[in-house]
Amino acid sequence: MTKQIIIAIGRQFGSGGHYIAEKIAADLGISYYDRRILEEIAEEHNVQTEYLEKYDERRKNVVLSRSVNGHSNSIGEILAEMQFSLLKKKAASGESFVIVGRCAEEIFRGDERLISAFILADREDRIQHISKQHSLSRTKAWSLIRKEDNAREKYHNQYAQFKWGDPNGYDLCINSTRLGIDGTAAILEAYITERTGAAKL
Amino acid sequence: MTLAQILAVTIFVVMFLLVVMDKFERHHITLTCGAATLIFVLGLAMHSGKAIWETLNLNSFFTLDFWYASEETATSAGINWSTILFILGMMIMVEGMAKAGFFRWLCLELAKLVRYRTVPLFLAFMLLSAILAMFIDSITVILFLAAVTVELAKLLKFNPIPMILSEIFCANLGGSATMCGDPPNIIIGTSLGFSFIDFLINTGLIAAVGLVVTILYFYLAFRKELSATNGRPVDPAAIPAPESAIANKPDFIFSCVIFLAAVALLATHSITGLTVSLIGVIIALVTLLVYWKQALDILKKVDYKTLLFFVGLFMVVGGLEQTGVLELLANFIGKISGGNLMVMVAIIIWLSTFVSAFVDNIPFAATMLPVIKTLAATQGVDLSTLAWGLAIGTDVGGSATPIGASANVVGTSVASRNGYFIDWKTYCKTAVPATFIVITISMLIIFVRYC
Repeated sequence: MTKQIIIAIGRQFGSGGHYIAEKIAADLGISYYDRRILEEIAEEHNVQTEYLEKYDERRKNVVLSRSVNGHSNSIGEILAEMQFSLLKKKAASGESFVIVGRCAEEIFRGDERLISAFILADREDRIQHISKQHSLSRTKAWSLIRKEDNAREKYHNQYAQFKWGDPNGYDLCINSTRLGIDGTAAILEAYITERTGAAKL
Repeated sequence: MTLAQILAVTIFVVMFLLVVMDKFERHHITLTCGAATLIFVLGLAMHSGKAIWETLNLNSFFTLDFWYASEETATSAGINWSTILFILGMMIMVEGMAKAGFFRWLCLELAKLVRYRTVPLFLAFMLLSAILAMFIDSITVILFLAAVTVELAKLLKFNPIPMILSEIFCANLGGSATMCGDPPNIIIGTSLGFSFIDFLINTGLIAAVGLVVTILYFYLAFRKELSATNGRPVDPAAIPAPESAIANKPDFIFSCVIFLAAVALLATHSITGLTVSLIGVIIALVTLLVYWKQALDILKKVDYKTLLFFVGLFMVVGGLEQTGVLELLANFIGKISGGNLMVMVAIIIWLSTFVSAFVDNIPFAATMLPVIKTLAATQGVDLSTLAWGLAIGTDVGGSATPIGASANVVGTSVASRNGYFIDWKTYCKTAVPATFIVITISMLIIFVRYC
């Protein structure tokens, strides 16, 4: 691809957003970032990725955090800033990429290179997917889904102008239950082609 | 309780919770709550124009005592304008010093002096942190010290976390030694009419003993981490020269002179009769005159939000004072202590320590001040003894957790932003025992010396 694009994918837990984003990146031949962005930060600062993982995409704890003149003791908040600045650096270098979560649609809002989408799915579909993936009972799977969605929502809303999953905040919102992973990815790729004007992706 | 008292307490609790939740700007919270106190508590519930006027305390500007006092005088209730003016003056002076490169130069010069060896650097930076914080706000001290520590750590390949944690603790401890070291001390000093020297010979002495213990404690706590990196060969060419920090030599010299003059004015204010309000105005004007070309820039960088936070806070606490709520709290402490000074000191120092470890120590100190005044008056105990307990408890207590004091937040933030992540566990592991040790020693000194 010659024209630089930044594809920001927001997703409900268990909606398959991760796989859809990965497929789009592979089909377009561009970089894919989700946890990898965390690994890059961990490597740069010589810390364990597992240590940073517990702060990844988590809202700061209001009781245990305090801000003073633009400084915060919240590692979650500092890690989010690091991720935002790394994404901006990658965008400035001219790299095209797909980024999952990390409030990317907010970071690049107003940037003509940005294409943003939010992936959702039916409740039953998400329960099936998560219970299979994590070998959990239906009740436990639903409980995990609610917990993760809640964490993502709180994290997102801490930094973003539009609320998590609000259609006003994305170019597209799509239910992956209807067309499945490949079908949803194909629809999104068609949209990207239309937007970028590329003859062939 | 009367309606006015219930309203005053409700507004105060709401203000405290909103400040802790950190959802809105702190000054917006205190100013809104301050306005609510004036309108609902003092106006509608008490129908007292006099109480509103006393809380606003604007007439203090027009009294001679506000600017010049032949002997130390206590300020009246309400907004403590002396504190506001003094902090404004210090902010302007510190901004001028930072622009001239003073703090970075001092840190680098000291590092060079100890030849960049880890253990001497660790000890020197702890001392520097404590001494600077005696005269300059701890946020500025830690901002520069932590940044230089991280920079040196990257060059000399040592872990800066032990150093930054020790520097933070020493900054808070150093701040307790003088009247201008920490905002609670300025509030206590101006409200009760204490001088710079009064603080130095009382809390200063306690802080000096505490500092010796602290240095020993942190050295023992971190000796393994420090010895792991000590003695590594250093390439002097790779380390920035202290002179590189000086942007402009004449400005740098002026900033040193202004700083030393400010220290001299503060140290002698009980002799010269210049109040801290006047000293604040003098150092601000001199700084702006010296850096007249950058005066507008310096004024723009002043942290007005903190000053407005203070104004609102004083109004809310004024509401508690005017309605007599704080007298109830004082009577309660008096009752459970049975009039015993030692018990009162223990309650005040540990209550201050515990509360300051989790919430901003400034609102707490401002609230407790009228309480200790009432306690002293009703129980017939020495007010200054309670004041030293309050000062040490609020200043040092804030060291216990990452959110207890502004310096802690700034220090941990500088470290984490550079990839040296300091979480609650890492912070509290050494800070909680250190706080406990220093507070216990301070309490014992107060017991032996004053009770």
